Amino acid sequence: MHPTDFSLRGAIEALNEGLVSSVELTQAHLDGIAALNPRLNAYVTVTAEQALEQARASDARRKEGVAGPLDGVPLAIKDLFCTAGTRTTAGSRILGNFVPPYESTVSANLLRDGAVFLGKVNLDEFAMGSSNTTSAFGPVENPWSRKNDPDTRLVPGGSSGGSAAAVAARLALGATATDTGGSIRQPAAFCGIAGIKPTYGRCSRWGIVAFASSLDQAGPVARTVEDCAILLKSMAGFDPKDSTSADVAVPDFAAACARGVKGLRIGMPKEYRLEGTPPEIEALWEQGLQWLRDQGAETVEISLPHTKYALPTYYIVAPAEASSNLARYDGVRFGLREAARDSDLRDLYERTRAAGFGPEVKRRIMIGTYVLSAGYYDAYYLKAQKIRALIKRDFDQAFEKVDAIVTPATPSAAFGMDERQDDPVTMYLNDVFTVTANLAGLPGLSVPAGLDAQGLPLGLQVIGRAFDEETVFAVGAAIETAADFRAVPGLRAGV
Amino acid sequence: MSLDTETVRRVASLARIHLEEEEIARLQGELNGILAWVEQLQAVDTSGVEPMAGGGTTALRMRDDVVTDGGIPEKVLANAPDRAGEYFGVPKVVE
Repeated sequence: MHPTDFSLRGAIEALNEGLVSSVELTQAHLDGIAALNPRLNAYVTVTAEQALEQARASDARRKEGVAGPLDGVPLAIKDLFCTAGTRTTAGSRILGNFVPPYESTVSANLLRDGAVFLGKVNLDEFAMGSSNTTSAFGPVENPWSRKNDPDTRLVPGGSSGGSAAAVAARLALGATATDTGGSIRQPAAFCGIAGIKPTYGRCSRWGIVAFASSLDQAGPVARTVEDCAILLKSMAGFDPKDSTSADVAVPDFAAACARGVKGLRIGMPKEYRLEGTPPEIEALWEQGLQWLRDQGAETVEISLPHTKYALPTYYIVAPAEASSNLARYDGVRFGLREAARDSDLRDLYERTRAAGFGPEVKRRIMIGTYVLSAGYYDAYYLKAQKIRALIKRDFDQAFEKVDAIVTPATPSAAFGMDERQDDPVTMYLNDVFTVTANLAGLPGLSVPAGLDAQGLPLGLQVIGRAFDEETVFAVGAAIETAADFRAVPGLRAGV
Repeated sequence: MSLDTETVRRVASLARIHLEEEEIARLQGELNGILAWVEQLQAVDTSGVEPMAGGGTTALRMRDDVVTDGGIPEKVLANAPDRAGEYFGVPKVVE
């Protein structure tokens, strides 16, 4: 078996049994990156020397019998997490030279548990996008391709496109990611891997470049549901440095994967049956519910009446928060500075931001600035916050009747790099099934469940109650077992 | 609601983003497309609904009002595009 083909759990077991060393695992992944990254562009920065140094230290710890839960496991870190001494770009020109003097809490937690960092992975600029085509460091390519059209290069989804592509192509055993409207679950679905956005407050946001603070959550992507559970256990936990971090115990998520679904009530929201959804996605959804019934769950149709307002609500709330969060990039304290010879301070701000931000980021800052401006705040922003409350109420009422909700993860399989780029709203529709969980602060997991006629992966989503990731993992693992998803992308390390 | 070019200029100025003339027309079209799409929210009855401001359900924590950090000017200034001593450098603001 090639070392890059291990599951994360399998790698930990192999390390513990002495079948492989962390240096061997890490070197195999670095070789894969050297071979495939020039095409996939999943990594923005590869920290090969540092990774091998961490791997050697890990092998030494294991020899001494003091290995942590993730000791020696090579991971990729989304380039939105600040890493001390390693450039952190957020996929933006404006942070192209930013080297954080501090480590994000989530990545620090992974280091505490012994993880090896292979490098920083690509993303849509400031995590704004669903295709990973807005990065200042170029688009990421999906390692999968269409059976009957293998030359069309596909997007990996976004914004965590580098994370998902790297893990799918065996260029990391797992990766950190973030999800503001679907940025973990949609790329995971497009790349045939698993990914969970936990409950808002489960992972600290400290040291993660902020996009929309009331929606942003960190989570893992990995090739199995259990691998996600193992990673989330390390990433999560109370952090006094994030005032929205939840002071609740972190359960053994991996144990929950084996719970089964017997006796669980699974909701199927009728509003998620959208006109224009491809029949194979509808069929996969029904198949997923049948798998759960076969394992002893009961499925019930539920109603989430405000579903259709979720995306427009998101496209007021998220840009509003972004326009405020991104005000800090002004060319004064860090990042890019652009100024003419005779620039005054205001001109310096305006030129820096014009040169530093890409078109999608500018669009969202402009929308956000407008909806927060005098005279429009009530009509747009306050209205959206009220509808957000209604969307959350829909879920609260549904969870009185069901234990988890199962939906498709995305309205389509991965699309071509040149498709859907003409109109921003068309691109926004990618997140139609995922954005509701962000607005309501709920955990959502994407699990690969099947292939479309073109041989591209399709995912199902499991949404759970706040801080009940355990049930989400149990349902996700049950779907994963039944789906027995073994397909692999054409582009991957070790072949 | 539809934005005219003057409003696009005003919003860009509030957001401190310099726009070239040709960008204004393009952005005007895109922003109006997005605003027309979010207009559907006006149809929702939200009377008596409390706005949801944060992502969590619990109230934000308070902490003791004490200094928890500091004394690291070199780290703070390490990424500065321009500096003068222990200060960030900017173009002259006051004559």
